[in-house]
This record gives sequence, structure tokens and C-alpha cells, in this order.
Amino acid sequence: MSKEKKVKKPRISAGKLARREAMAGYLFVLPWMIGVVIFLLRPLFTSFQFSLNNIRITPKGRMFNFVGYQNYTQIWLEDPEFPVELMGYMWSTLLSVPVIVVFALIIAMLLNGKIHMKGFFRLIFFLPVIIVSGPVMNMLVADGAATIPSMDIQAISTALDQFLPHSLVESISELFNNMIMILWYSGVQILIFLSALQKIDGSLYEAAKIDGGSGWECFWKITLPTIKPMVLLNAVYTVIFLSNHGNNAIIGMIQNSMFSGTKEKGYGYAAAMAWIYSLVVTLIVLLFAFLLAGRKDIYERQVIKVKRAKKKEIQMVKKIERRGKANAKKIQKARLRKKYRSYDKNRED
Amino acid sequence: MIKTGKIDQDQIRKFFLGSKDQEGFLKQLIVYALLICIGFVYLYPLLYMISNSFMNLDDLLDTSINWIPSTLAIGNYIQAAGSMNFFVAFLKSIIIAGVPTLLNVVIGAIVGYGFGRFEFKGKKIMMAILIFSFILPSQITMMPTYVLYSDLKILGSLKAFIYPSLLGQGINAPIFILIFYQFFKQVPKVLLEAAQIDGAGYFKSFLRISVPSAAPAILTVFLFSFVWYWNESYLTELYVCGLFTETSWTTLVVELKNFAENFNAYQTTGKAATNINESIRMAGTMLSILPVLLMYFVLQRYFVESIDRTGITGE
Repeated sequence: MSKEKKVKKPRISAGKLARREAMAGYLFVLPWMIGVVIFLLRPLFTSFQFSLNNIRITPKGRMFNFVGYQNYTQIWLEDPEFPVELMGYMWSTLLSVPVIVVFALIIAMLLNGKIHMKGFFRLIFFLPVIIVSGPVMNMLVADGAATIPSMDIQAISTALDQFLPHSLVESISELFNNMIMILWYSGVQILIFLSALQKIDGSLYEAAKIDGGSGWECFWKITLPTIKPMVLLNAVYTVIFLSNHGNNAIIGMIQNSMFSGTKEKGYGYAAAMAWIYSLVVTLIVLLFAFLLAGRKDIYERQVIKVKRAKKKEIQMVKKIERRGKANAKKIQKARLRKKYRSYDKNRED
Repeated sequence: MIKTGKIDQDQIRKFFLGSKDQEGFLKQLIVYALLICIGFVYLYPLLYMISNSFMNLDDLLDTSINWIPSTLAIGNYIQAAGSMNFFVAFLKSIIIAGVPTLLNVVIGAIVGYGFGRFEFKGKKIMMAILIFSFILPSQITMMPTYVLYSDLKILGSLKAFIYPSLLGQGINAPIFILIFYQFFKQVPKVLLEAAQIDGAGYFKSFLRISVPSAAPAILTVFLFSFVWYWNESYLTELYVCGLFTETSWTTLVVELKNFAENFNAYQTTGKAATNINESIRMAGTMLSILPVLLMYFVLQRYFVESIDRTGITGE
């Protein structure tokens, strides 16, 4: 980045062709731009406006009653369910995202080896993506088809209950309870990892093998750093998938309060809920982005260090040059005035 | 004697544990065992569903029967199909999933081409908005959109799905735009310039050169969009089927969502012989996913290879 900044592009106003191309570009993107204004920016603004109002639907139309931040305080202080559900959602997302990503990575690594019937296994692991939908999942969960049959969840949760807070244990046991569902959510992630793994240069592993690196070391020093962007992508994808999924209790809650006829609830209350919910989702996404993208490996740090040193050196050289030039100018002037003085004397002045 | 024995030992060890350049038998065994186990766990709900959907009431109550039903009770399917109004719902599902999908493909291609081919001011900001609109939970814009639709009086009709996808805001549209963007970026510019020299306008070179070369991307977007629209129950129910307004629109997944009520209504008309039970519910679930399942098995290659083709993972 810094290099790009330094090289100043000569500012040339766009020519006829470039301008025409830009116009064509705008023309192609135009439908989407209109869509963004109508279906994204305007609703975003309006829903914020909604959340500050108490809205009641009367035969005459919608009645707005400005209440300020009352909706928000009401959600936090009076709603018996929403904060609890929100905490539950947060815990379960924070727990299940790493599980899904790690699981997807393991499966992808297994599939990436020399394996017969690779296509068949890929077929199985991608299958859930096709049929995963809210009602289908509800049916399966309701009939107990989502648990691995011979797993004693009760024992695990009672064992954990002794040294962990209760809400966390609840989410963990829920995680085990719906283990198959969690695995089912990782279809896309497996394929993303797989296609990233297949693109790693094989000669890297060969070189590592010649140097005596074990498979374990190869994984940590070659595989993981190379597919790191994909880990981030998958984590973000998983968060978004989980938060937009039809099985999510909070979504149902927002919808219920949107259409509830009671005095306090309604569009405004639901809009405030949606804002809080979106804020939490965004925070979780940011958290994962920070955790996974923030850290740089040793090599990158070294590169940055060297670059910084180089920059300093260049500045130093420039400084010396500048001073030299200034001094040369002074001498030149002195010469013009035909006063031949030495450099040292000049400095004393 | 001793020497040969040692060689044998070495060979056996090599065979099981493997050497630097060949994977050992033991390791392969573990890998296959793991894959098969996890594969079974993956298929478990599906197998469970299939086997249960064919059981009659006696089989369900009989604890000695776990997997294989004693008789193939097709009646479950007939009753489930009857209560879901299968054929009508099936055709309507295809329309509800198909029409917005077609629009998604067309608009996604156009917008993706605009982003991938041209340079213009504010492109980076627009891309940022595109990604932001994917991350943002749809609930936040749902209420104003619902109000907008009810003001426009398009609630409870297919237009509520057509308009957003016509403007590039359908379900998961940002992903599709990004897929096309990736694809069109890779079309060599030389080709387009050559076409331009030969007198093709921007739109013509888009139609004649870029679109034909983007067949894999088009297929991918089509399949995924179709499946996602098919599986969407929440927005479909809210916008198209009309939660409060009575419309004739319905989809299989929405029917499944309200399966218990539908079945009760069906029963009171006197057509169903039994009460709702597990088998019938499983049969209903099976029916609602059967069409996409068949589509998946026929076109599985395109589904599975889609992510490779779209170049999400970079070249």
C-alpha cells in the first residue's frame, strides 16, 4: 500500500474513451444501484425511524408516535425473552462457528488425500446444502433425527455444569444435541476449503519433505498460512448463515412482535429488536474478522520491519542530499558574489 | 533365515505405517473409516426419514423394528401428498423459485459484468456496499420493505419477489453478483477490444462474447438460486403467500411448515384414515425435498464443482 501511495500518478483527466467506458459501467450497474437505494438504504433509514416510534395500525393507516429510545429500554428491561434468547444465540454462534470451520477443514483435508471415490464422498458432504431449510430441519429435530444415536448428552452436560456457567453449558449441550445439524451446516465450507487446498503448490510440500518436515509441521507451516483467508471467509459465511437461518428463534420473535396487536409492540418494537440483533451479528462478524485477520505471521512481520528500515534509510539519504544541495547553492551564491570562501567558513556564518 | 525374516518385517512395517513417499495401509484405513463414519452421520437423518416414512403405525410402535419396515406403507405418502395438495403446491413452488431465479441470473450477469469489465469512479465503495448488504441481517430491512409492499399492494403476489430480484436485491443476490464479477474479470480484455474494433457496442460484446463464455457461472447461479428460493420459507410466507392476506400462492416448504394444521384440516374433510403420526410427517418432509434431491442427483457434478469454477478461492 505504502508503495502505491508514494508513486504519484500523473493526473490526467479522463479521455473520451475512458469517460464513455465509465458511462457504460454505470449503465450496467444501474439496476443494482437503484435496488440498493430502494431495498437497502431507504429501508435502513426507515427502520431506524421506526425503532424510535410506537407504531399502531388503525383503519386510517399507520399512526406514528415518537417515543425516542423507549423501545430499546423496553426490550432490555421488560421483555422476558429477547435478552435471554439473544445471549443464547450469541453463545451458540460463538461455539458452533469454530466447530463448523474446524470440522470442515478436517473433512477437506481427508478428502484432499489420495482417495478412491472422492466424488462420491463430496456428493454426500454437499448434499445437506440442497435440503437444509427451516421447516425440514424443524421436522427432523422434532423427531430426534438430528442427534447422534449413541451419545449420552445428559452425562456430558452434568459433568460440565460443575465448573462452567449454566448458560454456557446449556449452549454446549445444545450443540451436542444437534450435532448432525451442525455438521450439516458445513457443506459449503468443506467445498471452499477443498478447492483452496487443491490450489496449494505441491512443490512446497516436496521441499518441506526434503528438509525433513513431518506432516504435522507441514500442516501448521504451509497449509494453514496458505488457506488463512479461506478460514476467515468460512467463519464469516458461517456466522451469516446461522444468523439468517430459518430455525433461528430470534427471527421468529421479531416477526411475532411485528404482527402482535398489543399496545407496546408492533413495527417500532420489532424494528428496535432487529437493530439490536443486527448489531450483535455485526459484532460477532467483526470479532471473528479481528481474531483471524489481525494476526500476521513471522514472515510478514519481518517484511514490514525491513520495509520500515528501508524507508528510513531512503529518508536519510534524501535528507543528506537536500542539505548537500542547499549547501551547494550557498557556495554557488558565494561564488557569484566572487567571494571565495571555504565550506567551513560558510557554516560559521 | 534371519536375513529374510528381517526383510519381511521391514516390508510389513512399510506396508502398515508407510514410508516417506507412500502412505501406509493403516493410515489409509483410518482415513476411510473416518470418512465412512462421518458420511453415515451425514446421511443418518435422510436414511431415518426414508425408513420411517414407509412404516405403518404398528411398525412405529414395535420396538423390535428399527430400520426396515415390515411392509412398504405407501399410504403415508398418499395421505401426506393429499394434505399438502402436492401437485398444485409443486407447480407453484417451481414458479415461485423459477421466475426470480431467472431474473437473478440475468441481473446478476449484467451487474457483475458492469463491475468486472469497466472502471469507474466509486467502484470500490459500491463493492463495499455489496458485501455489506450480504452481511447485514435481512430482518433489519424487512419491516420497511413489508410496509413498502403493502403500500404498493403487491403483497401476496409474485411481484413481491420479482421486483427485488429485478433490481439485483433478491435472496443472496450479492453472492451471485460476486460470482459473475469474478468470472467476467477473467474474460480477456483483448477479445472485447477486438469485438469493439469490429464495431460491436458494449451491450453486443457483452451478449456475444462474455455471456457465452460464462456458461458455468450461469449454471451455478441458476442452480443455487433455485435451491435457495425453493428452501426459503420465511420470506415466501411473508411476501408471496401472504401471512394475513388470503392468496392461492403456496410452496411445498411452506405447506410443510404448517403441516400439522393442514393435515388436521384434511382429516376433518374425512379423507384421511389415521391421525397424524411420525411416519406421515416424515413422508411429508420427504415429499417437500424430493424434487431438489432428484435435481441434485442428476446435476450433482455441476453443484459440487461449482465452487471450483466460480474462483472464490482465487487462482
